[in-house]
Amino acid sequence: MSPRNEPAVTAELAAEHGLSDEEYALMLRLVGRAPTFTELGIFSVMWSEHCSYKSSKVWLKTLPTTGPRVICGPGENAGVVDIGDGLAAVFKMESHNHPSFIEPYQGAATGVGGILRDVFTMGARPVANMNALRFGAPDHPKTKHLVSGVVAGIGGYGNCVGVPTVGGETNFHPAYNGNILVNAMTVGIARADRIFYSAAAGIGNPVVYVGSKTGRDGIHGATMASAEFSEDAEEKRPTVQVGDPFTEKLLIEACMELMATDAIVAIQDMGAAGLTSSSVEMAGKGGLGIELELDRVPQRETGMTPYEIMLSESQERMLMILKPGREAEARAIFEKWELDFAVIGRLTDSGRLVLKMHGETYCDIEIAPLVEASPVYERPWEPTPARAELEPALGALPARPVAELLKTLVACPDLASKRWIWEQYDGQVGADTIYRSGQADAGVVRVHGTNKALAITTDCTPRYCVADPVRGGAQAVAEAWRNLTATGALPLAVTDNMNFGNPQKPRIMGQFVGAIQGMAEACRALDFPVVSGNVSLYNETEGQAILPTPAIGGLGLLDDGAGAVPLAFQAAGHAVLLLGATDGHLGQSLYLREILGREDGPPPPVDLAVERRNGDLVRGLIRDGLVAACHDVSDGGLLVALAEMAMAARMGAELPGLAGADAGQLFGEDQGRYVIACPADAAAEIARRAGEAGVPCSSLGTTGGTALTGFGHGAISVDELRRANEGWLPALMAGELAPVV
Amino acid sequence: MKAAVIVFPGSNCDRDLSVALERATGTPPKMVWHRETELPPVDLIAVPGGFSYGDYLRSGAMAAQSPVMRTVVEHAAKGVRVLGVCNGFQVLTEARLLPGALMRNAGLKFVSRPVGLRVENVESDFTRGYEAGQRIHIPVAHHDGNYFADEATLDRLEGEGRVAFRYVDEDGEPTADGNINGSARNIAGILNESRTVLGLMPHPERAVEPLHGGTDGQPFFRSLVEALS
Repeated sequence: MSPRNEPAVTAELAAEHGLSDEEYALMLRLVGRAPTFTELGIFSVMWSEHCSYKSSKVWLKTLPTTGPRVICGPGENAGVVDIGDGLAAVFKMESHNHPSFIEPYQGAATGVGGILRDVFTMGARPVANMNALRFGAPDHPKTKHLVSGVVAGIGGYGNCVGVPTVGGETNFHPAYNGNILVNAMTVGIARADRIFYSAAAGIGNPVVYVGSKTGRDGIHGATMASAEFSEDAEEKRPTVQVGDPFTEKLLIEACMELMATDAIVAIQDMGAAGLTSSSVEMAGKGGLGIELELDRVPQRETGMTPYEIMLSESQERMLMILKPGREAEARAIFEKWELDFAVIGRLTDSGRLVLKMHGETYCDIEIAPLVEASPVYERPWEPTPARAELEPALGALPARPVAELLKTLVACPDLASKRWIWEQYDGQVGADTIYRSGQADAGVVRVHGTNKALAITTDCTPRYCVADPVRGGAQAVAEAWRNLTATGALPLAVTDNMNFGNPQKPRIMGQFVGAIQGMAEACRALDFPVVSGNVSLYNETEGQAILPTPAIGGLGLLDDGAGAVPLAFQAAGHAVLLLGATDGHLGQSLYLREILGREDGPPPPVDLAVERRNGDLVRGLIRDGLVAACHDVSDGGLLVALAEMAMAARMGAELPGLAGADAGQLFGEDQGRYVIACPADAAAEIARRAGEAGVPCSSLGTTGGTALTGFGHGAISVDELRRANEGWLPALMAGELAPVV
Repeated sequence: MKAAVIVFPGSNCDRDLSVALERATGTPPKMVWHRETELPPVDLIAVPGGFSYGDYLRSGAMAAQSPVMRTVVEHAAKGVRVLGVCNGFQVLTEARLLPGALMRNAGLKFVSRPVGLRVENVESDFTRGYEAGQRIHIPVAHHDGNYFADEATLDRLEGEGRVAFRYVDEDGEPTADGNINGSARNIAGILNESRTVLGLMPHPERAVEPLHGGTDGQPFFRSLVEALS
């Protein structure tokens, strides 16, 4: 088979497609003859790191993925968990790192578009978006441009589609100078008995293409996402796709309308590797063959080749298998929404992928090996050496006034208010948002038409992960679990977004392996299974890797959304309590980095049994209406947590319970702790219940006034803290913090 | 009160408006698709927020040319009450039911947050439930909310008491500080000459129950129900 007008496939051409010598040899063996150019393209994207998970697969299998609430774990477009009353939450997080660095607006926008499709493909209406962003040093010449483009792109897409963005996190660190991270998460709601899957079924059934037309954009996006960047990264701009959120909105509505019938057998979005991965995966999962007439694919440009059509990553497209005879009904719905609809092929019993165009065959290969024989690597890895303990003398307070230390901390890049970012996202469309960014430890969104609510968070502390990947992986999971708990929600399940450097370097692979080990341990201990996820490797530029960043997206459930608690103090005269033990751990803390200029020591230990005991207590207290406000103690330690509750409320507190505290006690990042505020008459009951549960409970003081005071460091004005906290990011974006050139 | 909500393919606050209207009236409004040329007999037509046809052109410009808007304009001429929220306000100005235009926010960024408003006119069916000069908080979420009209038009709007809502600062004053999008004279919402058509950028439907974080939108819908039932 050698179609006209296609280049001959050579070892050199295969190498340009990112196939190793071994992979090329394996492909030749599987095809059993000289492969066509189109076939080479298909093998190269299906076997790319991005699509095949070849470096990560063996480790991902070690994560716990089942539980009483899990309806569908990893392997489908998104994870599905039972939220009761016949409803299910469908969610996933996915990276769009490489495209967002090259073209921040479109890269981030299409990241949101892609994750939305992963969720509504399964029959769920998207109800909330989140994101986890990591940028380079604030003073790096590119950072401002990247922040501005990424945020506008996320907003531009999500706002138009009409899905509220209710939370997220943003960090800055020089390790991301050449590789920013843009991880987007979507949560949707579906009827538990109406989940749509991707396995094709029914020989002869029509294969239907819907959505936007196919253009030449995004060809080899998946391959790009599977290689390191070099200095010429920007030359790759043509491989970034362009998003059209209006079409996505139409596609959601049209799919929801068709999904209300029983016409669909299987459905999958065309994401990375476009028509190739969707057709191969659907047929592969169903154990069937598929034959496509590529002339029938709606095309935006003239003269497109089969290679280009199969590898295009044009956005807003879906592939469906319909029941026979239902084409007209489905077509009418898509035409109502003014979207393309084309029957482009049918399922066969051959087990082969056959592609024809202009009467010629461009591809005829077995599907099973493409999926099953894809290479799997057990990459060599080295454990990350443990960091030396810090000298104990660091725990003493320095000569600078505590007020100044606190102001410096709340204005540091990782702790400064991200209002400049999230006010660009519509946080309330849908009119079901209970808490959005800045209001509670997690975004809280009511399940429409019910009293239930979902709590959603994204968490990871990369500086912990680089120092100790195992502990960092466990901490990311524990913090997500804690943030959900702090709103009163029962944590249900996790989606993960594993962002790492080049896995062919044993040191980097060791970070990946360590993070997975820590995550697996924490997910088991906290009954918090992983139901979906995404891996992004090769986040390196000129050999410089990012900090290991296993971003965790956590989902929790509140039976009554009205009972969710915010983080801001609610009234003057409330008692302020600390639940959990403080040892004063300063290793890898923000205090150490921002005040003492050191990034060393081991990250704080994570005791999962303690974590669980403390969280279960707090959740019970909230459920029983004893708690007015709750905030977990994380970045910056106890005094920063208190400042955040005060700033959100514009109300101070008298804190005699902190008298005599040293730097470790004020700013240490010991895990498993929560600050709560409650009516004064509830404090004794809380202390009693904490005692019963064996949870350390200490009284810190009382809310009120306009300053944090009463602990021997004068009156720290909440207004001044607020100005410092709110001022940093707008000043950076206005160019008032001069970049170092 | 019988109400209809217009649905363009890119509308995304149609459900929210419908829920708020149903809360206020007890009956769900009729949802009317953009290709319709006839409207059911209703007392109120509501044009919701969103991105009508994607708004890649000027916001609301294409929607103003849609089949259903021709019918809405006819009904407005007969005195049927017409409400435009956010993108709906943009559509009503493009359809010339209200004067002026909504330009890109002065800060050039999308802005989503609760804003302080002062109720300036309480003599319309939309605003009678408020007290004159009352300060309320209602969320906004828009990229193109910067109200513009020539000075003569602005003077006329002021003179005829057709400014319904104004953006105000924390002290309740219509200062530059309180003006979130650069609107001329801090205008957040205006009425037509006969006070039967209202357009506003803030979303009253996002402030009708305690879980929204505020209920200052309730009097808005109550006014309509009391006037039109």
